[in-house]
Amino acid sequence: MSPREIFALRDYLGAGLTGRTLSDAHDLVSLTDILSHTVLGGRLRELSGRAVLLKLSDQLRSGLAMIELDGIARRMLLCPPDLNPAYLDALIADAGIDAVVTDEPDRWGDTGVSLIVAAQLPLQATVPAKTERATEWLMLTSGTSGVPKIVGHTLEALTGAIVAEGPAKGAAPVWATFYDIRRYGGLQIFLRAVLSGGSMVLSDPHEALGDHVARLNARGVSHISGTPSHWRKLLMSGAAAQFAPGYVRLSGEIADQAVLDGLKAAFPNSSVGHAYASTEAGVGFAVNDGLEGFPANYLGNRNGVEMKVVDGSLRIRSTRTAHAYIGRNAAALTDGDGFVDSGDIVELRGDRYYFVGRRGGIINIGGLKVHPEEIEAVINRHPDVRMSRAKSRKSPITGGIVVADVILADGTDQTRVKEIRDQILDQCRAQLASHKVPAVIRFVEALDVTPAGKLARTDA
Amino acid sequence: MSVRSKVIEAIQQIAKEQHVTLPALSDDLSLHETGFDSLAFAILVARLEDETGIDPFTISEDAAFPATVGDFVRAYENVPA
Repeated sequence: MSPREIFALRDYLGAGLTGRTLSDAHDLVSLTDILSHTVLGGRLRELSGRAVLLKLSDQLRSGLAMIELDGIARRMLLCPPDLNPAYLDALIADAGIDAVVTDEPDRWGDTGVSLIVAAQLPLQATVPAKTERATEWLMLTSGTSGVPKIVGHTLEALTGAIVAEGPAKGAAPVWATFYDIRRYGGLQIFLRAVLSGGSMVLSDPHEALGDHVARLNARGVSHISGTPSHWRKLLMSGAAAQFAPGYVRLSGEIADQAVLDGLKAAFPNSSVGHAYASTEAGVGFAVNDGLEGFPANYLGNRNGVEMKVVDGSLRIRSTRTAHAYIGRNAAALTDGDGFVDSGDIVELRGDRYYFVGRRGGIINIGGLKVHPEEIEAVINRHPDVRMSRAKSRKSPITGGIVVADVILADGTDQTRVKEIRDQILDQCRAQLASHKVPAVIRFVEALDVTPAGKLARTDA
Repeated sequence: MSVRSKVIEAIQQIAKEQHVTLPALSDDLSLHETGFDSLAFAILVARLEDETGIDPFTISEDAAFPATVGDFVRAYENVPA
């Protein structure tokens, strides 16, 4: 019996389509002959079998290094740009890192990591490498407090949903995402671009949204993903008018009906879908019927993804989930039966499940548990509302009350603000239990979004 | 607008939102008789704090919650600006 064949990213980039590119705001790299080029200065051999930290200041070189290292390194740890440097030592120890790929080699001189490899553009010519092993992909969770957890994946698990969907039909897609590709949501898009024969346009955190959209247009982006917060920002910016992608995808946060309807109105000729995925649970499912939530018959075993709801939270078992948390004191990632507890709380209404919030995001209102997302979903249904955030505020009477910060659509008539406030409150009273109705609504110009593209919830 | 009229206006606004029918708001009306529940009072105190910058019930540790509408209004009037 021969060992199972191992596929690495390079094995998807061998031959075939020409004209494929990976680009950011500054550079454009051809993927067509990528295998005979190196971003690592030709030092890939030195990294064979190593546990490599990928610590680069840009996504383009990160993506090129992933293509080169996959199948050669023993494991690679992807560092998102917002990683707090104070956590690096702990992460290096937990992941057993013995090599670093960086664009700032001088900063790694006396860190104790024995091998430092500089990643640089332009690419240099090299002899194509052969896949040696299945590299372990390590990603970081995006929680806001403390050292992030290291989550272990294989390429097979990361690409399970992509392979299941099969190759894209029609012209080769040009992918883009508002995410960083060193986060799970962004990595999914990068891997799609590599596996599905297309090109990819990377985001740049320093670029104005209007410039970003102009660049997406110039490169002919056809498929694009982001969090609902990313999309709300785009809808608010007015830049959406110049843009007409074929496929719009949301993931990473609850896609409520308001944002789905908003995108459908802004992009009438696009298909708009939302996907459920997390760093730990992998890609669960996609919903393409234009409605929030998901059909109840998604539970059970569907295309190899098993889902169930226990104590209100969605649990997932599939070959696409991560296989472990990595590190000295790492907790178990799955329960005894192999299910990942997503921590996402769902509620069955009729024949559909709706996401109501995160288990860890519950706010306490006078002793009652409230999911802020549930309140935001109701507020967001008001046609003049673009985005909202509910949170708790201390009260000397009840201990806590709900307050909401709301962004109104651009150009809202200021004389209507009081009327809009009353309508929002009426809407909330009609659809929410009384303790969930905001006591105070403030109209604000902006709401913080984390580097991972999620609405900042500092008090949750 | 005087502190008193701000307080009364806020009470009337919340009564309207909460579908509470208020009796005439005399000073000696007990707060219990307004028909407000603790949530309605919590909303009232929060809104008045936003409008006036004052929460008289959190400032002082031993502040007893007032018994009548008159006490409630005075709690706001008596806080030094």
